[in-house]
Amino acid sequence: MSEIVLDRVSKVFPDGFEAVKEMDLDIADGEFMILVGPSGCGKSTALRMIAGLEDISAGELKIGGDVVNDKAPKDRDIAMVFQNYALYPHMTVRENMGFALKLARVDKAEINKKVEQAAATLDLTQHLDRRPVNLSGGQRQRVAMGRAIVRDPKAFLMDEPLSNLDAKLRVQMRTEVARLQSQLETTMVYVTHDQTEAMTLGDRVAVMRAGALQQVGTPAELYDTPKNLFVAGFIGSPAMNFMPAELSGGRLKLPIGEIDAGDLAAGRGDGKVVAGLRPENFEDTAVVGDLKQERGVVFEAEIDLVESLGSDLFAYFHVQSEGVQSDQLADLVEDRLDETGAANIREGEEQVVARLDPTSEVKRGGRTELWADTAKLHLFDPESGESLRNG
Amino acid sequence: MGRGSRDYALWSIGIALVLVFALLPVLWLISLSLKPPAAITDQSFIPTEFSLDNYKSLFEGGIDDSPFIKPLINSIGIALITTVISITLASFAAYAIARLEFPGKRLILAGALAIAMFPPISTVGPLFDMWRSLGLYDTWLGLIIPYLTFSLPLAIYVLVAFFREIPWDLEQAAQVDGATPSQAFRKVILPLAAPGVFTAAILVFIFAWNDFLFAISLTSSDASRTVPAALAFFTGESSFTQPTGSIAAAAVVVTVPIIVFVLFFQRRIVSGLTAGAVKG
Repeated sequence: MSEIVLDRVSKVFPDGFEAVKEMDLDIADGEFMILVGPSGCGKSTALRMIAGLEDISAGELKIGGDVVNDKAPKDRDIAMVFQNYALYPHMTVRENMGFALKLARVDKAEINKKVEQAAATLDLTQHLDRRPVNLSGGQRQRVAMGRAIVRDPKAFLMDEPLSNLDAKLRVQMRTEVARLQSQLETTMVYVTHDQTEAMTLGDRVAVMRAGALQQVGTPAELYDTPKNLFVAGFIGSPAMNFMPAELSGGRLKLPIGEIDAGDLAAGRGDGKVVAGLRPENFEDTAVVGDLKQERGVVFEAEIDLVESLGSDLFAYFHVQSEGVQSDQLADLVEDRLDETGAANIREGEEQVVARLDPTSEVKRGGRTELWADTAKLHLFDPESGESLRNG
Repeated sequence: MGRGSRDYALWSIGIALVLVFALLPVLWLISLSLKPPAAITDQSFIPTEFSLDNYKSLFEGGIDDSPFIKPLINSIGIALITTVISITLASFAAYAIARLEFPGKRLILAGALAIAMFPPISTVGPLFDMWRSLGLYDTWLGLIIPYLTFSLPLAIYVLVAFFREIPWDLEQAAQVDGATPSQAFRKVILPLAAPGVFTAAILVFIFAWNDFLFAISLTSSDASRTVPAALAFFTGESSFTQPTGSIAAAAVVVTVPIIVFVLFFQRRIVSGLTAGAVKG
């Protein structure tokens, strides 16, 4: 058994910076757990504490039932893949992969057998006698993984292993990692800042922000029922659209129309809320059937920009609003800027992205009637950022 | 004539001047060492008559009578022992300084630098007295200790610079792979710092090999006198002849190990040894 349990684990650096705050996380045996969050959220520190490369300031860490707080990395029986691979440049691929076994005084023939097995799995057989300097980025990455799998450890720890690869290779290696994990059935903790990686790879995903765990759940849970604004905005690409809204007398006033609040905000009194709607919950009215229109809201929008990807069509428009202010969202602004190219276009206006059917005939600059599926609406408390759905 | 070729010509002239300036005395020394004793003063740069008599005289009489063999052994022994001890200690110290945060780290570095700047001549007198009462006067150890004092700061500085270049991730990877800190140091860090270790070794060896001040002051017999000091005690064939030829020959002989040492280690100072370890 090799489950990993973090019990109120904290990390405070000597300069007083609290990188990880009382983190509780149970990682089951054989589970593929992803730690995801923007840079500086403490996910790497958490991983390094599991590895034993970083001291634990408070709390308890158990691997396979044993408390390992004070154990050296070598006594924890874990393997780690570093972001920059950290291959030993003076050793051949074979020596790199066999290094851990050699230290463990495994028999030479046995080492050779295991290394060759791992090399075959990773398609490295013809490179075994080369040195890291002569390998391509993708090959180095595979050697780093090979170094981990030859040992058959209790758990694999991966620190952004794909972030140094180019986009195409990253997708390829992502499949490779998923295949490896399901083949080996070893517990894996995987750190990434890329939500796509998190969503596609993990059995469960733990979202972190500023050292604190925000939500842990399957990718579908995170996507469908985000606990707060941060998780809602972080998971999904393009990101969820947020707009200010107001509850009054059981009605919800949105910049795009007014609907019956129904059970969306059960038990909540009148007042301001933040409404979130994912891009795919919009559609061109010309494409949606009448049936669907029954539960949504139809509004007219001026399209600022249209991006057609063939399979999808992204339409950018804006709604009148004073904007949404939240600490949780501030952390996301940079990420959103990267994705959409522009967060706020003009003062008093909020940009909204809609993912429309590719057959839609929306035009840049034209006015179009759009439909929003308000049944998929997420409402959040503007102060705490917590989702209203969860209480 | 273009600007590029004029620059090139100027550079060539400059380099040639430096080469002549540096190599002429060496060539002169070789020329002197090859002249028969009678022709030493014939004022010709290229010997009219070649003879190896000077070299033969150095080694005549075997280990007991030769004025040169015993000092040569002393020189090699003392320089090698100094190099080994100095590099071993310096690599531990430099590793700690490069990797760890501990109180007094700056003080240690500043102290090392201060010692390296300290004029050796001012320590010779006290050392002479101390060594005589401690029984270290005219022993190998009596020379090795001051050589260590002055070579360690240099070696530490060189090694710290090299250790800092080695990505820390490599060491952590080794730890996760199951290495103890000492295994990680020996099997991963040291091999990667090899160019630095060899550079430091060359510098320390040359320092110990070339020293004259301590060698002449702290020795009194062939038991520990090194070559630079022994040269000063060379005599001619009779008390009326200058030992110029044999001094020149001895100087040539002691230069050879340095050249061998440097060439040998230079092959190992391969730049970019750490390439391929980490991306970026």
